[in-house]
Amino acid sequence: MVTEQPVDVLVIGAGPAGIAAACEAAASGCAVSVVDDNPDWGGQIWRAQRREGTEPQAALWLDRIGRTGVQLLRGTQVVGSKGPGELTAEREGEICSLRYGKLILATGARELFLPFPGWTLPGVMGAGGLQAMVKGGLPIVGRRVVVAGSGPLLLAVAAYLRKRGAEITLLAEQAPTGRIMRFALSLPMSKARQAVALKRSLLGIRQKNGCWPVTAEGSDQIESLTLTNGRRRWSEPCDYLACGFGLVPNWELAALLGCDVRGGRVRVDDVQATTVADVYCAGEPTGIGGVDLALLEGQIAGLAAAGRIDKARRLFPQREKARKFVAALDRAFSLRDELRELAACETIVCRCEDVTHGALRPFTSWRDAKLQTRCGMGPCQGRICGPVANMLYGWSCESVRPPVLPVALSSLAETYKSRDKL
Amino acid sequence: MPPSITLAINGRPISVPPDCTIASALMRSGVPTFRHSVTGQPRGPLCGMGICFECRVTINGVAQQRSCQTLCGEGMEVETDGH
Amino acid sequence: MSGPTYDGLPGGRDIRTERQAGSPSYDAAIVGAGIVGAACARALAEEGRRVLVVDSHLVGGGATGAGMGHVVVMDDSPAQMALNRYSQLLWNEVADELPAGCEFETCGTMWVAADDEEMDEVRRKHAVFAEQGIETFVLDRRGLHEAEPNLRDGLAGGLRVPGDSVIYPPVAARWLMDRAREHGVELLLGATVVEMDGRGLQLSDGRRIEAAMTINAAGNLAPQLTAGLPIRPRKGHLIITDRYPGFVHHQLLELGYLKSAHGSDADSVAFNVQPRKTGQLLIGSSRQFDSETLDVDPPMVERMVARSLQYMPGLAKLSAIRTWTGFRAATPDSLPLIGPHPQIPGLYIATGHEGLGITTSLATARLLVDPLLGRPPAIPVEPYLPARFLPAT
Repeated sequence: MVTEQPVDVLVIGAGPAGIAAACEAAASGCAVSVVDDNPDWGGQIWRAQRREGTEPQAALWLDRIGRTGVQLLRGTQVVGSKGPGELTAEREGEICSLRYGKLILATGARELFLPFPGWTLPGVMGAGGLQAMVKGGLPIVGRRVVVAGSGPLLLAVAAYLRKRGAEITLLAEQAPTGRIMRFALSLPMSKARQAVALKRSLLGIRQKNGCWPVTAEGSDQIESLTLTNGRRRWSEPCDYLACGFGLVPNWELAALLGCDVRGGRVRVDDVQATTVADVYCAGEPTGIGGVDLALLEGQIAGLAAAGRIDKARRLFPQREKARKFVAALDRAFSLRDELRELAACETIVCRCEDVTHGALRPFTSWRDAKLQTRCGMGPCQGRICGPVANMLYGWSCESVRPPVLPVALSSLAETYKSRDKL
Repeated sequence: MPPSITLAINGRPISVPPDCTIASALMRSGVPTFRHSVTGQPRGPLCGMGICFECRVTINGVAQQRSCQTLCGEGMEVETDGH
Repeated sequence: MSGPTYDGLPGGRDIRTERQAGSPSYDAAIVGAGIVGAACARALAEEGRRVLVVDSHLVGGGATGAGMGHVVVMDDSPAQMALNRYSQLLWNEVADELPAGCEFETCGTMWVAADDEEMDEVRRKHAVFAEQGIETFVLDRRGLHEAEPNLRDGLAGGLRVPGDSVIYPPVAARWLMDRAREHGVELLLGATVVEMDGRGLQLSDGRRIEAAMTINAAGNLAPQLTAGLPIRPRKGHLIITDRYPGFVHHQLLELGYLKSAHGSDADSVAFNVQPRKTGQLLIGSSRQFDSETLDVDPPMVERMVARSLQYMPGLAKLSAIRTWTGFRAATPDSLPLIGPHPQIPGLYIATGHEGLGITTSLATARLLVDPLLGRPPAIPVEPYLPARFLPAT
C-alpha cells in the first residue's frame, strides 16, 4: 500500500467545485491534493477542457489550478474511510492511504434517467453521457442524434455534438414553451447574453418544447425514438439518443463518511461544513446548482477549510444570487407528471438486476424492494434506479454501504496481514 | 500526425487516437453490444461517467471493467461477453 | 389423543382444548417475521390455527436478510446434526415449489482441508456423515483441484457434501409467509412489541393482542421481550461480488470454520464462499461479540478478505460490490432455543440459531408445533428446550 503525503486539505472531485476549493485552499497557504477517478481535471461539465479549451470559465480556473501546483491524483477511486483523517483509494489496482486535516467533498452529480420502453437499448445514453463518450473518442460525424429530456444541459450537449459533426435530428425539451420563455425573460443581463449565444449555436437545429420520449425502438440498438407532445405521437429515426432529465447529486461518499444527507442532498452550514467535523461539501452534492454555484461553494469551502472564514463570508451574497437563479431554473424545467407514467409493466427499472416496473410497484419501501427483488443491489449500487424509484414510487432511497463504488476485492484487504496461519 | 494506439477487440486489431476510451474504441469497431444483462438483453454504455456499469467488458483478462473509465493502452486486449 | 405432547415437559401446555367462549382472539401470536417466525406461522396455519405475526419492520429484514443462505448439515454435535439434517430434508421436500426468486440450488458444500491434520478431520467427518446416511466424498489434492480449480495449489483435499444447498433467504422467508397467509395468517408489520407473555402481546401504540400462545422468534431482540434468554448478538460481515459464473461451484468452507463458529469469544474469521445462481459470490465469514452497531468494521473486512485470498488467490481481482453486516443470535451451547418457556405458560421460544437459522427454520417450526398438536416430533426436542437455560418453577 502506498501512503501519500498527508495534506492540510484533501479535495475529492476535480470538477469546478473541487478546482475552486483547491485553488482557494492553496492560495491560503495549505498543502492541498485533489483526487478524481477521471484521467484529467474538469469533472463532467469541464471534461477534456484542457484539451479542447472551448469554455472561457473553465480555461480561467484550469489555468489558476495549474499555477498553484496542486497535485491531481488522477484515475484514483476512493474506496472508503479508515477513520477520521484518513481515506483509502484505489489507483491502478494499488491501494493508497490519503491522510488529511480537512476534507472537501466535491463529488458532483450524475444524470437522472427516467425509464420508458426501450430505454435499455444500446445507443440510448444520457445527454452528458453521449457527450462524454464523444469526448472520449466516439466518432459522431454524420450520425443522427436525438437529444431529449430536460434542462439547459440538453442545449449545451446539442451544440457540442453538432460542432463535432453530428446530425441533430431533434432537440426535444419536456418543459412547455411558456415556462421557458418566462424564465428566459427573467434572466439577468449576463445570463441573457449566455442564453443568446447558446441559442445562436443551435441555429438550424430542429427544436420542440413540451414533448418527451415514449418508446425507443430497435432490435440490438436504437433505430428510432417515438415522442409525444401529449396529443400526438411521431417517430424520429436515429443512431443515438442523448436523453437526460436533469441531474442528481452524488451524495454517497458523504453518507458513508457519516454526513447528514436529506432528500438526497448533503446538509451543510453557511461555510459548506457538513455535520461531520473537518468535512466540507461543495457543488452539486449539496443540491443541483450548476457551474456558477459550484464555483462559489467550492471557493467558500476551500477558504473555510483553510480557516479564512472572513474571506469566505464575502462570497455569501454572490452565492445567494446564484441560488436564486438556480431556483428559477428548477421551476422552469420542472419535470411534468407524464414522465412518471412512461414505464410499462415490463420496462426495466433496475438495469443491473433486470427488475421491472411491474415487479417493483407493489412494494412500499426501498429496503423491502431491494431484499425481495435485488433492485439496487447491483454494481451501480442503486445510483441509477434509486432516483427512479424515488420519482416513480416515492421511496426514500438513501442507504449506503461500503465500498463507495465497486473495487477489486484485494483493495479491501490492503494492510492487514493475517495472523491466522494456514 | 498524432501517435495512434493499437489494441485488440475480440481478437481483432483496431487503431485509435490517443485519449480514446475503451468504450469509444468498442463503438468505433462497430460493437454496439458491450455485454448482456442478467436476462440476456443487449447493453451498451449509458452514463459515460463510470456510474451505471453497463459498459463492463474484460480488459487484459480482468472481467467486469468499466470501459468508459479506461483509456486505451497499446496492446490491450478487450473482450465483450460474446453471446 | 395419543402421542407425546408438551404436557409432560416443563412449561408445556396443551392448547388443543383451549378454545371456549370468550377465548383469545388468536391461537398463536408470533413476534418476528424472519425466516423462523415465518416457518412457525406456516406450520401452525397449515394445521388450521389462527395466527398473527408481528414485526417492527419487514418480512425477512433482520438477520434473515443479512446472512448467507446455506442449507447445510453441520456435525459439530449430534443434536446440531440431527436438527440440520431433519430441516434439510424438509427443505428438499419443498424445493420444487419454491419460486425462482428463492434461487434454491443444491450445489453441495466442499469442506476444504489445508493440511494432513485437516484431512484426518475430513475422514472423520466422512464417517460421521455416513453413519447418518448422508453421502459424502473424500477428495484428495487433485480431486479438490478438479472440483474447484480456483482454490490455490497445495491444499490437502476436501470433503464434498453433495446434498447441501444454497438459497436466497429474504425471498424464502417471504414465500413461507405467503403460504402462511394463504391459510389465513395475519401479518402486522411496522408494529413494535414492547411486552409479551404467554397470553398475548403489548404493542408500543397501546394495543393488546390476545392469544392462546405466543412465540418469541425475535432473533437478537428476543431477550428484550423475554428476560433471561441467553442470546448474544454475534456480528458477521459479508461481501458480494459482481458476476463470475463458474468461478466457484460449491459452497466452500474451511475446516476451521467450526472452530471459528464455536470456539472462543474472540473475533474470528473463516474462509467461506458461496456461489449464487446469478454468478455472484458471497464472501464470508466473520464473528465478533461486543460490537453493537451494524457499521462495517474495516479491520474485520480486511481479515476476512485476507483469509479468503489465502485459500483462493484469484478472488483478488474480482469486483466487490458491497459489504454489510448482520447479527446472529448466539446461545452458549450453539444450539437454538425451541420450545416452551418453563416459567411462563403459553410462551414459546424459537430463536438463538446463530449461523444456522436458514437451515433449521423448517425443523424449528415442526419441533415447536408437533408437540402442541399431539404429534411425536421427528427428532428428540430435549436438546433445544429453553428449560436447559431457564430454571423451572
